[in-house]
Amino acid sequence: MTQSVVVQVGQCGNQVGCRFWDLALREHAAVNKKGIYDEALSSFFRNVDTRNGDKGPDIYKGKICSLKARALLIDMEEGVVNEILQGPLRDVFDSKQLITDVSGSGNNWAVGHKIYGCQYRENIVEKLRKTAEHCDCLQCFFIIHSMGGGTGSGLGTYVLNLLEEEFPEVYRFVTSVYPSGEDDVITSPYNSVLAMKELNEHADCVLPIENESLFEIVNKIHQMINSGKLGSTVKQNSLVTSSAGNAKTLQEKPFDAMNNIVANLLLNLTSSARFEGSLNMDLNEISMNLVPFPRLHYLVSSLTPLYTLADVNVPSRRLDQMFSDAFSRDHQLIQADPKHSLYLACALLVRGNVQVSDLRRNIERLKPSLHFVSWNQEGWKTGLCSVPPVGHSHSLLALANNTCVKPTFIELKDRFMKLYKKKAHLHHYLQIDGMEQSCFSEAISSLSDLIEEYNELDATKGGPRIDPSRLKIAV
Amino acid sequence: MSIVTVQLGQCGNQIGHEVFNVLCSDIRGTHGLCSKKENESYHDSCRERFFCEQESGVPVARAVLVDMEPKVISQALSTAARSGHWKYSSHSHFCQKQGSGNNWANGYSVHGPRHKEAIMNLVQKEAEKCERLGGFFTIMSMAGGTGSGLGAFVTQCLRDAFPTSFILNHLIWPYGTGEVIVQNYNSVLTLSHLYQSSDALLVHENDVIHKICAQLMNIKQISFRDVNQVIAHQLGSVFQPTHTAGGGSGYSRNPLGDLMETLVPHPEFRMLGLRNIPQMPENSLAYSTFSWPGLLKHLRQMLIANAQMEEGIDWQVRPPHPGSCTPSTNKPLHFNTSIANLVILRGKDVHGVDLGSFRDPSLYTSWLNPQDAFSAWKTPRAFNKYEKSASLVSNSQFLLKPLDSIVGKAWNMFASKAYLHQYTKFGIQEEDFLDCFTTLEQVISSYTNL
Repeated sequence: MTQSVVVQVGQCGNQVGCRFWDLALREHAAVNKKGIYDEALSSFFRNVDTRNGDKGPDIYKGKICSLKARALLIDMEEGVVNEILQGPLRDVFDSKQLITDVSGSGNNWAVGHKIYGCQYRENIVEKLRKTAEHCDCLQCFFIIHSMGGGTGSGLGTYVLNLLEEEFPEVYRFVTSVYPSGEDDVITSPYNSVLAMKELNEHADCVLPIENESLFEIVNKIHQMINSGKLGSTVKQNSLVTSSAGNAKTLQEKPFDAMNNIVANLLLNLTSSARFEGSLNMDLNEISMNLVPFPRLHYLVSSLTPLYTLADVNVPSRRLDQMFSDAFSRDHQLIQADPKHSLYLACALLVRGNVQVSDLRRNIERLKPSLHFVSWNQEGWKTGLCSVPPVGHSHSLLALANNTCVKPTFIELKDRFMKLYKKKAHLHHYLQIDGMEQSCFSEAISSLSDLIEEYNELDATKGGPRIDPSRLKIAV
Repeated sequence: MSIVTVQLGQCGNQIGHEVFNVLCSDIRGTHGLCSKKENESYHDSCRERFFCEQESGVPVARAVLVDMEPKVISQALSTAARSGHWKYSSHSHFCQKQGSGNNWANGYSVHGPRHKEAIMNLVQKEAEKCERLGGFFTIMSMAGGTGSGLGAFVTQCLRDAFPTSFILNHLIWPYGTGEVIVQNYNSVLTLSHLYQSSDALLVHENDVIHKICAQLMNIKQISFRDVNQVIAHQLGSVFQPTHTAGGGSGYSRNPLGDLMETLVPHPEFRMLGLRNIPQMPENSLAYSTFSWPGLLKHLRQMLIANAQMEEGIDWQVRPPHPGSCTPSTNKPLHFNTSIANLVILRGKDVHGVDLGSFRDPSLYTSWLNPQDAFSAWKTPRAFNKYEKSASLVSNSQFLLKPLDSIVGKAWNMFASKAYLHQYTKFGIQEEDFLDCFTTLEQVISSYTNL
């Protein structure tokens, strides 16, 4: 069994990360009734003997003593991390896993990347090494951050670089929260585009997320729960909606519910690697199957169902509805419509009481309405994990490598150009040591190239019209 | 003689487990419908072939389990042990922590060499436990990374280490509409490599078995377990003991050798398809009776018309006019030409059965003596609760269309260079792909021109 390490950077990264650890603990608690430290737990948690204080040795088998998250929490302000350390998760992290500072990055990518990057480099590398040493077989780093700010964006991508240098064999999955158009950080386009270049070059897979989509999804859930229109009782304790780890109500902390969704994304992504199933889908398989060309590694994700029904014996129709929803516009985690764009590849990871025939039936049903690139007409990767998420009898995670990410990138480029043409706020960046105009021009050029690749795919629908002729053999 | 089974990857280990289940439950059953002496002889022969004895009395499967990640193997080991009727040896498995990521190159070029010694040691130990080694039976899928890539590597190692032993590869062909996106690449690489080192490839296609589950077995929500159980039944129907044609009174002692001798007369033609009738849900068995002529009529038409199961057979297809030397281009469409066929009959009243219809020379290609092209194995001992059961192992054009389809799709993807970087980073270059395509186009051409 392999281990993964989560690196959460910046305010957004740490808030999402916090929700992830809360949900992960609850998921394992629901499955692991005997309190034995098993392989599934070890993928994200260490088992430490803390009877003699924090420096106890790791226990690899037997009863759970004290679980410690395999995580690194990085923030250049103290507020968020402190809140985590005072909350119910305080025992899951230890001081050796934190890197904090006081003044923050001022929403400036250059401050995060160049200044703090250099300053904390050794510290970060040392702590990463330590976490890696505790792993028997480290497979993947999950980076969680936002693109629009300074720390998550700048320092986050600096860490991404570091990971490639220090651990080239380990996969780097990045969950990036992209800023919306009405983002209150004026320089978010700069930060995002500068970060995009790093993601283009150093990430294995990127899962872009947009707050608008999360917000719409959360609203939908609450409408459904409160409308009472559903015949059956809707379970309230589904992992998607609950935020029992935090005492405050939804009104005061709308981000909690949104962050839950992202946390669920990560849980579902790793479920087949942690739990058994009839067709396992490991993390390295995701990268292998969904990334046909190295730079096209942006995966649009969708999670269904969003709420749970009390029916345990789910009739086929509801199951099929789950599959249909996964392809609908409103279930995507970015503002995109994959159905009307071109698919390069698609992965379906099903959890719970779903069999291969259900999977096949739905693929056959949905295929005609989807456009796949000519050289990958049957581009489906499927996985079946027997363990469902808490509060659900089954669930589906769909990951699509689809040209529908293009509009997000084009908008980002437009917002960037609006500021850049007027050289607005540039001086904040250029005054940082190591930053030059060329950083900006290279970044926007990298983004433009990426958009161009997607354009070409859309234009030619991915290949020559005629099937290429086969090799001829002399008889 | 004993057969050592090598289970590779998730698919190989899941199926292997079901195969040993079927073999064991068949010999434990009292539905032999034959004399006690016959039953005991069958029992002993099966035990010698597939199991070895231990002090505890629980038979231990002659198997080596290989996978690059631990979950499936540990499940197989524990489920077998829990059954109480048979188990795997606790020292016959090899696994690592991280899988092959559906990457053939990873399985073949990285995991293969790295773990060659450990795996071959296990195989050697199992081989040594056999009084007489009858050969190797490997079970793997083509679509993933371990079964396919590491499987191809291990087959090569088996060939190198046991140059005179028979190697039969059981291959699972994935569903046409993807389980794995790069399945066609992995398949092409696997098939072309196996063609060099294996003696024969016995193929099961997931799509076909799925249809059998849906239409014949009436299973509503088909799981991989259901699919694997049908496959195991079909394999059992081939490998359980039988009397070969000229084998005297006892059970055949060299099943793999006999199989190769009858079915693979020419090294260019190694692809074997398998059909088994009847197939039905267990609770219908008691209400059905079959006659041998009826079963054989269906089986023969399934062969000629390339039908995948006993429903939906196209009875219009006829063999070409007997006696005329028909060039392949003039043969009636959809007619499935054979190189060699083997029919295995198990059950009541098996000895008087007339198999002349299978000896019809018009079924076969012209460059082989029809006398050599057909064999039959029989046993009066019924198999797996079926009063009568007939299997056909065929070296014919059964797999031509599916093979052509896989190569076509792989070529299509290759032309756009998609996913190639995932393979080149582990040492499989474009030239290697081209070599594989060439090998397979050659095979396709050979089978087409039968």
